[in-house]
Amino acid sequence: MNHLSSETFDDNAKSALVDMQLRGALRNATSLFGKRRLAAAESLQNWEELRSKARSIKDDVLLHLDQYLEQFVATAESRGAKFHWARDAAEANQIICKLIADRGGKKVVKSKSMTTEETHLNVALEAAGMEVVETDLGEYIIQLADETPSHIIVPAIHKTKRQISELFTAELGIPPTDDVDKLTATARATLRDRFAQADVGISGVNFGIAETGTILIVENEGNIRLTTSLPRTHIAVMGIEKVLPRFSDVDVFLKLLPRSGTGQRLTTYQSFITGVKQHDAAEGPDELHVVMLDNGRSRMLAHPITRQSLACIRCGACLNACPVYQQIGGHAYGSVYPGPIGAVITPQLVGLKKTAQLPYASSLCGACREVCPVKIDIPQLLLHLRGEITEAAVNVRRSEHLAFRLWAMAMSRTWVYRLSAKAGGILQGLLVRNGKIGKLNKLGWLAPPLLAWTSGRDLRPIESKSFRERWQSELKQRD
Amino acid sequence: MLVSLFVTCLVDQLWSSVGVSTVEVLRRVGCEVQFDERQTCCSQPAFNTGYRDEARQVARRFIEIYESSKAEAIVTPSGSCAAMVHHLPELFSADERWQKRAHAIADKTYELSSFLVRVLKCEDVGASWSGRVTWHDACHGLRDLNIKTEPRKLISKVKGTEFVEMDNADSCCGFGGTFSVKYPEISVAILDQKIEAIERAKVDAVISGDASCLMQIGGRLSRKGSDVKVMHIAELLASQM
Repeated sequence: MNHLSSETFDDNAKSALVDMQLRGALRNATSLFGKRRLAAAESLQNWEELRSKARSIKDDVLLHLDQYLEQFVATAESRGAKFHWARDAAEANQIICKLIADRGGKKVVKSKSMTTEETHLNVALEAAGMEVVETDLGEYIIQLADETPSHIIVPAIHKTKRQISELFTAELGIPPTDDVDKLTATARATLRDRFAQADVGISGVNFGIAETGTILIVENEGNIRLTTSLPRTHIAVMGIEKVLPRFSDVDVFLKLLPRSGTGQRLTTYQSFITGVKQHDAAEGPDELHVVMLDNGRSRMLAHPITRQSLACIRCGACLNACPVYQQIGGHAYGSVYPGPIGAVITPQLVGLKKTAQLPYASSLCGACREVCPVKIDIPQLLLHLRGEITEAAVNVRRSEHLAFRLWAMAMSRTWVYRLSAKAGGILQGLLVRNGKIGKLNKLGWLAPPLLAWTSGRDLRPIESKSFRERWQSELKQRD
Repeated sequence: MLVSLFVTCLVDQLWSSVGVSTVEVLRRVGCEVQFDERQTCCSQPAFNTGYRDEARQVARRFIEIYESSKAEAIVTPSGSCAAMVHHLPELFSADERWQKRAHAIADKTYELSSFLVRVLKCEDVGASWSGRVTWHDACHGLRDLNIKTEPRKLISKVKGTEFVEMDNADSCCGFGGTFSVKYPEISVAILDQKIEAIERAKVDAVISGDASCLMQIGGRLSRKGSDVKVMHIAELLASQM
């Protein structure tokens, strides 16, 4: 497996941009999801009201997280669920491996869960000698290809139909086909056996409801239903922020999440899981273990600005809407969570040192904030993180900081500002041809930003007469 | 109405005709325009790149300059710079006194098209220009200040001008300030989507409310040898042919 790193975001992005197959796949998928989301949102008259309501519920949860968590645990325990608390990814994986080993288990089926991607659970399970199979079709494709998801809800968004056919031919031995139904049926047939044989099923959690102790998981393929009901032991991995106060809150979030994610009015399946199989029930696991993951979340909770990152319901709408994601896809970010929300969450989860490029990987256009169902101000968070990065001087070029110091000096004194502009106007004489600065070759090293700009665009030069000069000579006397 | 012009550093140095046009339009609709020659920048480049101290230094001076004016409104031919002024209170979140002063300035700062339509209730500024045009929604004007219908209303009243919507008029042009030079390849890849939409619209000119977007779009059109013009809305509204 060749995982990209966030540290090389710039190079990753450049490679992605020359991958025409990738860009074609991204263009189709992100625009399709974008259109569907808009249509689904517009089909509800109270969309904006729902967004505000969802956000206020999340804000309340985050302000009283301790209380809601206690309530959630108490109600779920009363129905037979067992809770485990993990400070970080390693601890979560350790708990899960031990739970499986203690039951003599070996075969694991997993349903799609970004939280377990975050902890790199599969690597830990395999290292412990377990056999783990992803049962979501997209995740299954990614697992076969030995890759990582490139989207929060569409893990194989970067793959074309043809690439998937080639993969299935190589890995599952079927003849090449461009028939999506055949490809799906092949995966389904292979996965059925795995479900039947599995000792343990591992899932994520979309919402944990404090009032009733219920876990809600949404999906379209039925694999989550099987993962959580067929094996005798179900392990659910849940970020500590995913709790909701009341059962009635589900109404708000079930309207927002599918519409924002895939543009569906409702997902095909919603599994409400309340504890273990009750004595009179026909199905359900004997054991339910809920692993509660912190992994940096309480740090995010502590700061009033970063706190809103925890309102995220992982719908992926901001990825589809992001002009940067639309061009480069998810792998270039080199992080589990890609796109705008990934650029916000990742540095907070794993620290700024290796991720300092991500908050800058945005034009701050605000399309993410516009589509976010819980109104997270992602541009504000990106700016906050940029501030943290420059103040901690993490991977910041000294020359850039110096340039901004000089810039601030110039902008604080009109005469320096005017003089610098004049000097720039004279120096640019070396570069201006036909009223513009074209592609630079020899002199580009003089000013790297100039070289970067003119690599793909001509530059409008500084004018010989500034507005303020024209104000003096043409406009002022008219008063 | 007495209006104080914030021309923006970009227009001042690179695109003076936008500033001149802004003054002409404002005077035509009956405003008295003043221009404080001490002005430089709103602090946005530093703020957006994460240099908050430097941004505050420049922002304080900006606030002081406009506090000294008796003008009822501060008008700028830029949605992005107007949006930055509206963000100034955030920049001073740890300093109540400066935050209050920032709020007072932000409350009377307007982008040109929204000032004309919302404050002056004026949609026809008596302009005429012959040609087919489309509008690019600059992100900060659109999403921070909710400017969407105002420029379209103004353009539709320009005599001789045919207005057409391009595909995804509200999607980013890829400029993003220092983003455009930190990640020039991504910036240009985003830009090319915009260029394709402009080409499909078959227009003589693409109009926008921000010189920065127009510099980005125009720079690529020029590199590709296109004859589509880029024009600031102030220039279109000032035109009388």
